[in-house]
Amino acid sequence: MLRIPCPYCGTRDQDEFKFGGESHLERPAQPEQASDAEWARYLFYRKNPKGIHHERWLHSFGCRQWFNLARDTVTHEIVEAYPMGSQPSSRPAPGEGDSND
Amino acid sequence: MRYSGFSLLRHALTGHRRWPRAWRDAEPRKSYDVVVIGGGGHGLATAYYLATRQGIRNVAVLEKGYLGGGNSGRNTQVTRSNYFYPESGAFYEHSLKLFENLSQDLDFNVMFSPRGILAICNSRHEMETYRRWANAIRMNGIDSEILSREDIRRRVPHINLDCRFPIWGGFVQSRGGVSRHDAVNWAYARKASAAGVDIVQNCEVTGFETSDSRVQTVLTSRGNIAAGKVALCVAGHSSQLADMAGLRLPITSVALQAMVTEPVRPIFNTVLMSAHIHVYVSQSDRGEIVVGGGIDPFNSYAQRGTLNTARDNYSALLELLPIFSRLRLMRQWAGVCDMAYDVSPIVGKTPLENLYISTGWGTGGYKAIPAGGDTLAATIANDQPHPLIQPFQLDRFETGRLVDEGAASGVAH
Repeated sequence: MLRIPCPYCGTRDQDEFKFGGESHLERPAQPEQASDAEWARYLFYRKNPKGIHHERWLHSFGCRQWFNLARDTVTHEIVEAYPMGSQPSSRPAPGEGDSND
Repeated sequence: MRYSGFSLLRHALTGHRRWPRAWRDAEPRKSYDVVVIGGGGHGLATAYYLATRQGIRNVAVLEKGYLGGGNSGRNTQVTRSNYFYPESGAFYEHSLKLFENLSQDLDFNVMFSPRGILAICNSRHEMETYRRWANAIRMNGIDSEILSREDIRRRVPHINLDCRFPIWGGFVQSRGGVSRHDAVNWAYARKASAAGVDIVQNCEVTGFETSDSRVQTVLTSRGNIAAGKVALCVAGHSSQLADMAGLRLPITSVALQAMVTEPVRPIFNTVLMSAHIHVYVSQSDRGEIVVGGGIDPFNSYAQRGTLNTARDNYSALLELLPIFSRLRLMRQWAGVCDMAYDVSPIVGKTPLENLYISTGWGTGGYKAIPAGGDTLAATIANDQPHPLIQPFQLDRFETGRLVDEGAASGVAH
């Protein structure tokens, strides 16, 4: 059971939350001009790191707000929680530094 | 040497102290025609079929840890081909048919037991879906039979038919069942090694030297190895190995838990799967009740899962089979499943000319070991995807031609 620090409610049990996948994915700005490869990258391709992962969580059974976590996918240690629309202060793991394009 | 009644007797006479190694503990050489990275079922089967069906013997299998220590040794042994789509049916049926003769082919008892895969459902709507699924399986030329509530009670006398969501019925694939996962790994390793494949354990790949769109050298903890062709069969580390080659994959890695109870006398002689009451269960030949359920729904490489998912799995088991409530849980663990978006595998070529990949097996890779190895070996030898895995190429994520087996996987994802 992960103990997740919701930025609005404080630390709660994982059971209260829904996982929302990798953070900071950017939808192609010009959808009509995006190639199949660009769409595939946005829809399906993921960093999937063994280390710090920046990911989205929804506090479904609490405040119902979305937020971001920086969490280690090996130890499950949560390094940081930060609001939707902002960037993490923690350093990304190797291989995670590049943007999603 | 061949395993037989005579060899058993002969070795009994010397106190069983002189059995030869099942496979050579090979030192890695400086170069190979094919380097298979990953010493689990898929890697070992690929090497075996390269050597015995494709005539390519100058092959190494590199395993970071101990042979079969990854997902191949962590699954719940379910062996079936009751998938929905024709593409999936054809592939997994090829695998099931190989399983049916595997012990004879590999001279190793893999304990394949076709005790039936019983998929039960818990509502009228689910029953309609299951009829559609069962009929699709028959359209694929594979066996399935619709079962009534009463049929299920006869097959599983201890089942709680009037559980929280009462059982409506289900269907069975009688030719499906279980097999012994360790035995499958060891059987392929033994025959591959005998055919000339070098199996190198405790050998971790740390990088690749690439040029001209090809992998030239595999860098490992036991030296650099030049390679004509390279295959990635590293469930649970596909993204990491692909990253070393400069590739990203449409893969998310999550934990799938499994557990066994203390051994008891034979009480459960089939494989039961329920999507709605989220659990699948069988009894091993040692008597343990083997239980699996849903994934832990977030990225994880921890190979343990979290207790709340474990709790959900136990609860589901006891809801359906309250007779097991006093059994003590003996062991719990998890594998790391590489999930593709459509929950179908990715097997074949990559953007690098001589790099091949077998991934995306998700929670269902064990049953695919024979067909996965056979088709990947053919693909490597011919540099063309084998027909059975043509629908499962990496480029389907660009063309949109996904094979959405999420609903047919047996349990919801």
